[in-house]
Amino acid sequence: MTVVRVLEADRPRIVLAVDGVPLEARQGDTLLTALLVAGLDGVRTSEFGDGQRAGFCWMGACQDCWVLLEGRGVVRACTTLAEEGMRVTRR
Amino acid sequence: MRVAVVGAGPAGVRAVEQLLRAGIEPAWIEEAPDGGGRIYQRPPPGFARSHRALYGADAKRAQALHATLDALKPRTDWRPETLVWNIRPRDGVLDVVTRGTRPGEIRFDALILCTGAMDRIVPVPGWTMPGVTTLGGAQIALKAQGAAIGARPVFVGTGPLLWLAALQYAKAGASPALVLDTTSFLTKLLATPGLLWNTPTFLRGLRYTAALRARGVTIAEDATPLAIEGEGKVAALRWRDSGWREHVAPCDAVALGWGLKPEAQLADLAGVPFRFDAAQHNWVPERDAAGRSPVPGVYLAGDGAGIGGAEVAEHAGARAALALLEDHGRSVDLALRGHLDGRLRTEARFRAALERAFPFPAHLARRMADATILCRCESVTAGELREAARLGAPEVNRAKALSRVGMGRCQGRVCGPPAAEVLSEALGIPVEQAGRLRGQPPVKPLPMPMVAP
Repeated sequence: MTVVRVLEADRPRIVLAVDGVPLEARQGDTLLTALLVAGLDGVRTSEFGDGQRAGFCWMGACQDCWVLLEGRGVVRACTTLAEEGMRVTRR
Repeated sequence: MRVAVVGAGPAGVRAVEQLLRAGIEPAWIEEAPDGGGRIYQRPPPGFARSHRALYGADAKRAQALHATLDALKPRTDWRPETLVWNIRPRDGVLDVVTRGTRPGEIRFDALILCTGAMDRIVPVPGWTMPGVTTLGGAQIALKAQGAAIGARPVFVGTGPLLWLAALQYAKAGASPALVLDTTSFLTKLLATPGLLWNTPTFLRGLRYTAALRARGVTIAEDATPLAIEGEGKVAALRWRDSGWREHVAPCDAVALGWGLKPEAQLADLAGVPFRFDAAQHNWVPERDAAGRSPVPGVYLAGDGAGIGGAEVAEHAGARAALALLEDHGRSVDLALRGHLDGRLRTEARFRAALERAFPFPAHLARRMADATILCRCESVTAGELREAARLGAPEVNRAKALSRVGMGRCQGRVCGPPAAEVLSEALGIPVEQAGRLRGQPPVKPLPMPMVAP
């Protein structure tokens, strides 16, 4: 996955944990942006054995970017803003 | 009178504006943290691009809408980050959840639904791979996140958004490797007379295409996407040109979209009947020209009531609010009402031409290979849906029960239209006879403690 920052990349840095590993993001990133810009190969594994998924619609409709967020439960990565110290688990 | 407005995009903003003018303070419910809708979506706090940079030729409209939005919010019962997940029309209740955790009920005597739209998709082999998004998604990434879905993306589909998104990417430095339009130049040319109903928009479209060509972007018209290739991530799009020659376009991302479809699940739950609009090739909730649905007290405006675009949505939102006010015995500004009716009539002619210029390529969906994943939530293939047809499913809801197509988390938002094409082809019936997937509460998944009180 190759989501790249092309505009306004210079925002304050924040750090989250994804699967227990620190991941640097920028203030204003959604979880989907943060995970994909960091070069992860996807945000969840399809339950049906057809590989990784990395969202699709980016607008909260397709439900294909679910991640587990500590304290909140399952959330859509594309509609959840990344915050300092968030702990995210990919499933 | 308790009025609720669902959605704070162009239609919702202009509806609320008219309600407040008449002294009615509605409950205003928006799923996102802020209003603006998709086309005028605002980036989260921390971004600082100007309206000009964000919305281009629509900057003035976006700015005006945002200014109105900000002025109206404090005068209403404003409920951001709130999902309406069910409507109980007989009780006049909206079931809501805020920030995914706090449940609630909102009571209403009248309701205006401004629920917007999403991309209409035709599955292409490989479309579930990381790196493939909707056209709308690609545009949101850039607009609201300053990010490109790839450094060298390919844009596939048809419609104004195809060209707009591609040009926005080119300007941002993520130049498209290819823009593939499934519509022929001739089809677009033949629609030209009707497109002149909105000359500025028409000319803007021509300018986008010319600008992409000037930047050296490869453009293919009347072309067919064959497969998105790659191992776990996008590496290329295989496609066929109008002369049936095959090509491979190396790329690192693909955006797909063939026009829009209404997000009309709430209208469905409110009991509004639907009709198949042949020109749009979409199921749309029934309403009159002013936005009245056949269900008393329920009004519809914007793309959720049938695709018209952002400009139409503003007019339709205001018009629906006037209809609501008149139906409840309030006097309205007749000059404004006449102006809005005139604009909506003109825009409808433009929209009809736009649909002719960028038709939904139903044949691509109908010819999907058996092995292609049709329903991405449940990983069900087109072949499995055809098997449901052989088992006797006469329409999509029965086919859903047999094949699980449309039974996943998105409730058929994505696969519904292509599934109806595949099924109708398998059964040898017109697509409208294949029906549409019924909406079910909750319209989006909820955490379990929410629904078990």
